[in-house]
This record gives sequence, structure tokens and C-alpha cells, in this order.
Amino acid sequence: MSNKRSTFLISALVFGFAFLYVPILLVIIYSFNEGKLVTVWAGFSTKWYVSLFSNDGMIDAAWNSLRIGVMSATLALALGTPAGLVMSRFGRFKGRTLFSGMIAAPLVMPEVITGLSLLLLFVTLEQMIGWPAGRGLSTITIAHTTFCAAYVAVVVQSRLSGMDTSVEEAAMDLGAKPAKIFFVITLPMILPALLAGWLLSFTLSLDDLVIASFVAGPGSTTLPMKVFSSVRLGVSPEINALATLIILTVSVMIIIASLMILRSERMRSRAAAGTEPQP
Amino acid sequence: MSSDKQERSLTLKQRFDRWMIKHGRVLVIGIPYFWLFLFFLVPFLIVLKISFSMAEYAQPPYTPLFSWIEEGITITVNFGNYLFLLSDSLYATAYLNSIRIAAISTIITLLIGYPMAYGIARAQGSMRSVLLMMVILPFWTSFLIRVYAWIGILDREGLINAFLLWTGIISEPLIMRQTEFAVYVGIVYTYLPFMILPLYSTLEKMDVSLVEAALDLGCKPWQAFAKVTLPLSMPGILAGSLLVFIPAVGEFVIPELLGGPNTLMIGRTLWNEFFANRDWPIASAVAIAMLIFLVVPIMWFQHIQTKQEEGQQ
Amino acid sequence: MLVSEAVLEDAHEDVHKTQPWNNPDAVPYIRFENVTKKFGDFYAVDDVSLDIYRHELFALLGGSGCGKTTLLRMLAGFEEPTSGKIFIDGVDMAGVPAYERPTNMMFQSYALFPHMSVEQNVAFGLVQDGVSRSEIKQQVAEMLGLVQMSKFAKRKPHQLSGGQRQRVALARSLIKRPKVLLLDEPLGALDKKLREQTQFELVNIQEKVGTTFVMVTHDQEEAMTMASRIAVMNEGVINQIGTPFELYEYPNSRYTANFLGQVNLIEGVLVDDDEKYAVIKSEEAGCDIYIDHAVQGHQGMTFWAALRPERLRITKEAPEESKYNCVAGKVEEIGYLGGISTYHVRLASGLRIKVTEPNSTRQIEPRYTWEDNVWVSWEAGAASVLNK
Repeated sequence: MSNKRSTFLISALVFGFAFLYVPILLVIIYSFNEGKLVTVWAGFSTKWYVSLFSNDGMIDAAWNSLRIGVMSATLALALGTPAGLVMSRFGRFKGRTLFSGMIAAPLVMPEVITGLSLLLLFVTLEQMIGWPAGRGLSTITIAHTTFCAAYVAVVVQSRLSGMDTSVEEAAMDLGAKPAKIFFVITLPMILPALLAGWLLSFTLSLDDLVIASFVAGPGSTTLPMKVFSSVRLGVSPEINALATLIILTVSVMIIIASLMILRSERMRSRAAAGTEPQP
Repeated sequence: MSSDKQERSLTLKQRFDRWMIKHGRVLVIGIPYFWLFLFFLVPFLIVLKISFSMAEYAQPPYTPLFSWIEEGITITVNFGNYLFLLSDSLYATAYLNSIRIAAISTIITLLIGYPMAYGIARAQGSMRSVLLMMVILPFWTSFLIRVYAWIGILDREGLINAFLLWTGIISEPLIMRQTEFAVYVGIVYTYLPFMILPLYSTLEKMDVSLVEAALDLGCKPWQAFAKVTLPLSMPGILAGSLLVFIPAVGEFVIPELLGGPNTLMIGRTLWNEFFANRDWPIASAVAIAMLIFLVVPIMWFQHIQTKQEEGQQ
Repeated sequence: MLVSEAVLEDAHEDVHKTQPWNNPDAVPYIRFENVTKKFGDFYAVDDVSLDIYRHELFALLGGSGCGKTTLLRMLAGFEEPTSGKIFIDGVDMAGVPAYERPTNMMFQSYALFPHMSVEQNVAFGLVQDGVSRSEIKQQVAEMLGLVQMSKFAKRKPHQLSGGQRQRVALARSLIKRPKVLLLDEPLGALDKKLREQTQFELVNIQEKVGTTFVMVTHDQEEAMTMASRIAVMNEGVINQIGTPFELYEYPNSRYTANFLGQVNLIEGVLVDDDEKYAVIKSEEAGCDIYIDHAVQGHQGMTFWAALRPERLRITKEAPEESKYNCVAGKVEEIGYLGGISTYHVRLASGLRIKVTEPNSTRQIEPRYTWEDNVWVSWEAGAASVLNK
């Protein structure tokens, strides 16, 4: 690699990562600012964290978001895993094109469209069969499950596509029936992907503002809705504190998860490469 | 007869096993299929339906499309909403704005993301995983908060203005927030990981010796890049660009928080029609029109996905 | 008279036991009946009929894409034939899923379950059958003993070397005592030294357990070392079936002759034939080829004489009897391999002839060098005559 080119690449990386991280770092720094103005450093303080935790509306919204997140991530895993399996292992079947379309489209569909269409579905269903009665946590959960399931399906599918099918064939050859193969062989092997899929769904759900705004009902305000209504008007130190907490929690979770996935990947690639074990 | 007897002597578990083998495949396909069909596809049909009805002060606020009249079903189709979209220049402006802003942001994202993806793909071992992780990390942290972070930077009383005023480069604060510029910054910032990841995965798979072969055969480095690396990374460029462009067209949060009142984008228009004006049929018509714009890029994206997936297998 | 007849019969019976394919009364253990497999418009396997007998170690040999793996996978039940039937031990396998077939497979990649220990891998098949724990424990221990892996029972696959994994895969596929063991390139992932050693081990294990082995390989040396019989496949069709000896000495086509070992193919026209001999006139060779047996065909037909390089002699002087089977040329290439030397001799017609000679005595310098004028000759019985 020529020197000139690597200098260019390194500066592109430095600039790019600065662009990605400086704004986040500023939010974190200013969450500890005594004063209300971002431009003035008025001394170190944790008072915004205190006021954040005494903001009942914020706490309620966070609690709502967590419940929705856990529920929809779990449901999305239950739906997305078979969907990914179908896409990578079931070959051709009638309606496969539509199926793959319904998995790929939610990933890029503008949220306003998804949100509006789901709301109209819920309203229509309520008119026709009386369910769901009103909107609230359950409708948000269904909405989140739907687009998160698509993400899980893609994660599972790409993991399975990279996996040697002969391992599953070997299990079948030794007498295991399809359902058993899935639970005893496939599932343990894609566990890291499932973990990643769950976490991805959880954070996507926790993060969603637009879809939730459409399908929410009274009393089901989520954290992003709460944050949105308070930042519309400008910077708020309480939100800085909240942002810091979210960023730190997510970072720790992601770093732990990546390390786990990395470790299992390494084990697998070592197994595939056929190298001698380390003494 | 004998097979009948055999059938009856089966235990419950055996019967279940037989049933699973016969119908398990259908079940595994059927459950997610049904869910996505009901909660993803059917809603679009309803949106389509409601875009043809009229607004009413009722609950829900639109006229029914199918109504029972003695002889049967009559379908009241009302093209009024679409005619209205065409007649009011506000909507056309919003559409064109959205496409322009999304396209320009996509190009900027590509220009920033490509060298980064290339740099990461050529980094060594553990450094590469660290860099990749650093790209993925912001993608996991809250989107809303990342947009919010720029409010404090771009605001009239924000950090950039404070810094520039302090150095004396400017004497009046610049207006950066509530402009189109701020929207570009917001889109590029939040969607950058979506560009880098697909680019990285094609560049990483690419054999370095191809470039070396081109250099060996007399290409200058920039020629080798233009003739080998760039064409080979085309799938990544396309996938990344579509991943940025499509959602950016319908973006709501970024123009709402960073753009000015004049930064009309179609997602924002839809939101306002729905929440402020409570005109559901118009909102539906806006959604359908947006979808028609996006069908081609969405299909294209799916095509690239399936091609890559087949390539893997 | 009587005695000698009895002896003859005994010998016959013996041949029938060791070579069931030569016994018209023997019942095949595995039978492919006009099996065809299409993938889209592509014929992976095209109307193959094949009998394999009990206790055989049968090899399907061919290049990549010749259909050998598809044939094996249809036997295992991973693919269903588009048309035709497959019988194992007299039972039609149509519609029988892989998990109910009396076959087990050793995969090319070994396909060991990465999240299970060696012991658990080997036990897997028995667990599926609901065998009791104590029984499983005993059989696993026995099987690991057979493949000399007892010490590694608790290890995970990623902690094993390539050769060790191969043994675990073998143990795992043998533990259910399948009627047929299928081996997909069983030694393909091993390096050359280990491969040669493992070939004999596999044959020994096969003799010990007595299972019928069907193996797929692209390595002709491996097939010849291990197999009782070999089917040479090309483009979905079986070209020839026979023992390694038959295939090498009596190939039925240029393809088989070329695929197994090295061969010089000399094109010519039949000019004289009789019950005891035949003469082929070859423009390419620039001499007549004398064959010491009759050939089937009429005068004027095109034939190819297949001559193995080691059956040719290379000399500086013209041989005494030089009417037939003797051509002159120039040494063009020399390959000194230690044990043997190979020479490429260019004839006047432009044809290149490959000759190998054992270096059975120590020389001060190589016998021939580039541009030497030499004679290449062979015995009347050396050539196989091929018409396709």
C-alpha cells in the first residue's frame, strides 16, 4: 500500500469517526454541566440526573418502552427465526417471492408509511371484529414485532447462509427428524445470531418514535415520544442526562455481546480451518 | 384394514410426530407468513382503500369505502384526494424536496463512507474488528438522541456559533439549525453506518491480489481503483445508497428537529396531515404516492439482496 | 477327472464369494435402476444403472460435476431421483427420508457438531434411536477404541487436528451399524502423507466391521488403492465399471484410459485383422501397430491404441525387429523424479509420446539428454485398442 494512499485512508477514518463520535461525546459532557446553556461550562454537576429520576412522566415512559421492547424483541425472535430458516433452508415454495418481499421491505420502508398503515389496520380491525379495543402498549408491541421480525429474519438468514448445511444433513443422516435437527443442531449453532437479533430488535423498539406515535393510545407514551416532545423546542439538560444513560447502557451491552459473538466465531473458524489446537 | 388398526394403535406422541412431518413445513412457513401478511401487507391495502375515501368528522374520520346497500356492495371510489395532491403545489414541492434532499445526502454519505469502509477493510486483524465495532456502535444507540445531539451544535446559541464568535471569525451568529444544511448533516450523520456496513462487506470480500494484479499489469493506483475496486464494489455501493436513500425520502424526525419550517419533506407533510389536520384520507393518499415513488428503489434493493444471498450459497 | 472337477468348482465358488459381480446368481445389495436426476435443465445424473454387492468397497470416481456426489446423496436420501429407482437390500428407497434409511454418511467437511464433544458426536445416532444410556456408553467407547480416539472423548471438534476429526466422523457414521456407509471424499481434507496412511486404515476398518462402503472420490490413486470396484463417471453417465486392475489394463474408452494413470493415445486405421492379431496403420505414429489379439471392427475403421508410458522402451539404437511397434523421435523434455525418469519424445508427425523408465541402477549421468535421437518401441501385447 502506498504511503500517500494510507495517509488518505487514515485521515478519512479519523475524520469519519470524529464526525460520528464528537456530537455524542458533547452530549455526554454537557449532561454534567451545572448550567442550562450548552455554550457555557458552569461547573461539574449531577443535578440533571437527579431531576431526571424525579421526573415521573419520564420514568413512566421509560418503563413503557422497556416493557414494549422486551415483549416485541421476544416475539420478533419467535417469528423472525422461522422466517430466516424458511428463507435459507426451505428452497422454493409457492409465494416465496412475496415472503422475501415482506421480509426485505420493512427494513427500508419509511416509518411514516408503516406507522400510518398499521394504525389504519388497527382501526379497521376494531371496527370489524372489535379487536384490538383501543390502542396502547399492545398495538405498539404488535407494530414493533412486525418490523423487528424482519430484522431478525435477515440476521438469521445471513447466519444460516454462511453455515455449512452438511452439519444438519449429518444429523438427519444419523436419524434426527427435522424438528429435532432444528432444536438440537441448528439452534445452538446460530445462538449468537439470535442474541444479536434479540438485542437489535430490543434497541430498535426502544428507539422508535414515528411508528409508536401513530399506533399509541392514551397512557401509552413511550420514552422516544416523551423525549421528542421535550427536545422539539431545543436543548434540554435532562435529555442530555438521559441520552448519556442510554448511550452508556447500550455501549456496554453491545460490547459484551460482540465479545461473546467474536469468541464463538473464533471457535467456529478455528474448527473450520482445521488448525491444530493450541496447547 | 390392517393399516387402519395400525393408525389407531399409535400413541399420541407418534401421531403428533407424523402430523409434524406432514405439516411441519407448512406450519414453519405459515406462522411468520401469516403475521407479516396481516401486519405488513394488509395495512397497505387498507391505506390504499382509505386514500380513495373522503374525510369526515367522525370516528374514524373517513367515509367507508364499502357500504351495504340493499342489493349488495357498492364501491365508492373517490379520486378527490389524489386530485387535491396534484392541484396543491405544496405536495409536489414536498415530494421533489424529499427526493433532492435524500439524493444529495446519499451522495455525501457515499463520499464520506467509501474511504472509511475501504480503510476498515484494509486494516489489520483486531484493528479491523475494533473499527467495525466503532461504526456499528452509534447505529445501536438511539437515533433520536443522535439527531438531538446536533441541535446543541448547530443552534443559534450552539457550540459552533459560540466557537466562531469567540475566535472572532464572525460577529453575528450563523443560522445553521432550521435550514436545509442542518437536514443534510442530520441525515448523513445518522445514516452513515448504513452506508459503511454494506460497502465494507463487499470490499472485505474482495481479493486484494486483484488490485495487485492490476498494479502489476501497469495500472496507476487511481486507475486500479477506478477499473478494479470500484466496479467490484458496485453491489455494496448500490445496497448502501438504497439503504440511505429510501428511508431518507420519508424521513420525519430529522426535518422536524433540524430543518426549518420551510424545509418541506414528504414524511413531515404526511405527519402534519395526519396529526395536525386529522385528514386521514389525504395522509393515506400522500403515503400511497410516496410508496409509488419508492417501489422501484425498494424492488431494486430486494433484487440486490437476493442476488447477494444466492451468491453466498 | 472327478477330483479335478470338484477342485475347479471350489475355485469357482471362491471367486463367486470374493467377486460377486462375476456370479450371475449373486443378488446385488444396492441397485440403481435407470436413475436420473435433473436440476432445472441440467442432467446431474443421466439414466444410471448400477449394482453394488455386499461387503464391497465401491468407489465412484470422476472429476468435479460428473454426478458422483449427486448419486451418493440420492443413496443417502438427501436428493430424490427425478426418475428411476434405488434399492437397498431389496427395499425400494423411494420416499424414505434420510433419517429412516439404513445408510450413514461421512461428510467431506466431516460436519461434526461444533457444540458437542467427541463423545456426544459419536453417540448422536444412537440417542436418536432411543438406545439406553449404558448401551450407548459402551458402544461409544468401543467405537472410539476402533478409531483410536478414546483419549479425546471429552474434546470439542475445534480442539482436534484434521486427521482426528476424520476419525471421529468415521466413528460417528459407523456406530449405527448402517447397512451401507457412504463416504464423500473421505480423505479430501487431509494432507498427502496422512492421506496415504489413512487409506489403508480405512480399508482395515472396513474389513473389520464388514459394512458395505460406497465412496466418492476424484483421486484415482485413492480409488485404486482402496476400492474393490470403481465406477468411472463423466457428465452424469458411468463410463466403465470394473476392478482397479480391469480399468487400468482394459479401459473401454479414451476417457477411462486417460482418467486412470497416464496414457499415450495413438490414432490409426485398422488395415489387417485376423482371429489372432490385428494391424493398425497410424499416420501419427509413422508406423504400423501390431496387436496380438483380434479386435472387433472392420477394416478402415478408426481406432486408438492406448499405450501406458511404463510399457514403452526407449533406446538409442533401432531395435532389431523394427517392422511394427517402433517409432523414432527426439527427446524433448526430461523429468527426473528419482525413482523413475519420464521422457517426452517428439515424433516426426509432431505427436508427443510419454515414456517412463525406472532408474534401477545408479548412473554417472542421465542416460538421455535433450535433442537425443531415440527409438521408442513396445511389445505386441502392450496396447489396448479403443474405438471411442
